[in-house]
Amino acid sequence: MTGSMDLPTKGGFNFDLCKRNANLEMKGLKLPGFLKTGTTIVGLVFQDGVVLGADTRATEGPIVADKNCEKIHFMAPNIYCCGAGTAADTEAVTDMVSSQLQLHRYATGRESRVVTALTLLKSHLFKYQGHVSAALVLGGVDCTGPHLHTVYPHGSTDTLPFATMGSGSLAAMSVFESQYKEGLTREEGIQLVTAAIRGGIFNDLGSGSNVDVCVITKGKTEYLRNHELPNPRTYVSSKGYSFTKGQTEVLSTKITLLKQKVEVTEGGDAMEE
Amino acid sequence: MGSHAAGGSQAPPTATAGGGETQRTHVAFIFYPSIGIVVFAFDKFINSHGLLMLLFHTNRYPYVTGTSVIALKYKDGVIMACDTGASYGSTLRYKSVERIKAVGKHSLIGASGEFSDFQEILRYLDELTLSDHMWDDGNSLGPKEIHSYLTRVMYNRRNKFDPLWNSLVLGGVKKGPKGDEKYLGMVNMIGTHFEENHVATGFGNHLAIPILRAEWREDMSFEEAVKLVEKCLLVLLYRDRSSINKFQIAKITTEGSTIYPPYSLKTYWGFSHFENPAQGAVGSW
Repeated sequence: MTGSMDLPTKGGFNFDLCKRNANLEMKGLKLPGFLKTGTTIVGLVFQDGVVLGADTRATEGPIVADKNCEKIHFMAPNIYCCGAGTAADTEAVTDMVSSQLQLHRYATGRESRVVTALTLLKSHLFKYQGHVSAALVLGGVDCTGPHLHTVYPHGSTDTLPFATMGSGSLAAMSVFESQYKEGLTREEGIQLVTAAIRGGIFNDLGSGSNVDVCVITKGKTEYLRNHELPNPRTYVSSKGYSFTKGQTEVLSTKITLLKQKVEVTEGGDAMEE
Repeated sequence: MGSHAAGGSQAPPTATAGGGETQRTHVAFIFYPSIGIVVFAFDKFINSHGLLMLLFHTNRYPYVTGTSVIALKYKDGVIMACDTGASYGSTLRYKSVERIKAVGKHSLIGASGEFSDFQEILRYLDELTLSDHMWDDGNSLGPKEIHSYLTRVMYNRRNKFDPLWNSLVLGGVKKGPKGDEKYLGMVNMIGTHFEENHVATGFGNHLAIPILRAEWREDMSFEEAVKLVEKCLLVLLYRDRSSINKFQIAKITTEGSTIYPPYSLKTYWGFSHFENPAQGAVGSW
């Protein structure tokens, strides 16, 4: 006997819950806030491939939620993607496309191409009309050469020699616009990317902590996690901290037994069946 | 019917009040609708402009605006630069506007924001320097004093809900007790003011300040300072939509102020990735 009968899908979007959400908001319900990555993410093309860079601060409004998060996500062995915007959205969307790319690799038997990842991402984001708040810098090297793209939350993309996204994008872009040239070497590329991310870290409040770098060339990818730590803890006690017994004054003591002492009395009626 | 009567109420109501009963009803037809019109107009005014507009003359939106100004201290004094454009919303209306002017013997003022308010500020500064000159005591107002004056003007206007919609950059050199003292400061429309080695207004805050913070040094020569300023202006030209490729640089030293004639910067568009973005996958978008 077959399982439940599958009705044909109606297709299109289902907006039933939107009216309910709007009603609840009118009645005073506060929607939960998002964990945003106020961010600086950059990418540039150098002579042998692409270099991606990102800061490591994740903010929840005015609070730094994660001091050292990873914003450079794996897509394929030769393709990486930096994500800015809502952290959950960037994680989920890059994970999803990464899985799709792997299945595609099994089906085709070939190395993934950057434009494949790009098309999968932009189709997904366009379908959700900007509600999936993911702004990405996608870079990689495939059989057709090095590629660098930016993907915006509404689904539009750009193909660029150097790109920046996130709240610190203007600070990083000013570094790129003044110093980028074609045919950079690997060292120059890494140096320029770290300079751009540092510009974002020190001039934008939404970005901070450390610099992550990822260098992708034909056949080799290097993920340099915490490549630079320009914000070390400066005042650390060399003696460390110790909390010996007797250092804290005891004001009062109350002992509560966790296990109650149960008295077992013999006799009594047997349990009824 | 009411509006028709109000349209014809050129004659004052009292003119016909002297007559009998029919005269008085005519007055009513004229008088009450006029009040109705006044109340209606008052209501519309309040709804569109807000109650404060009655009490205060509010400057709510800037109309003709200039974009960023950047300035930095160098060895001999202060260098200031901006483009010569003024936009009317999203139209580039004026292309040869001087947004940097000399003030007295020791200062330069540069402004972004509403251009008419900048012209008004220049008039205030004229009055100020004139009355200072009339003391005829051999002393003249330095940049610090003018900055202080502007701060008071801007802050007081904002407190009256009638701001001068500008971000001003004030720079200059004046002989002080410790020799030639260079001064560079900024005031904006709400009265925030500070003194720094390098300042920028508008978009310059986001695009030029990161470069200036990384590359400014004490005692730069004039050529180095101009190169740094041009670097910032080029980034602003690329990335600020209201910027135009016609810039003016001005400098002020103990010898006096010089505002150089406008010139353009060379832009570079030859990146290979700009030429054929879809080369990796023909037909992609």
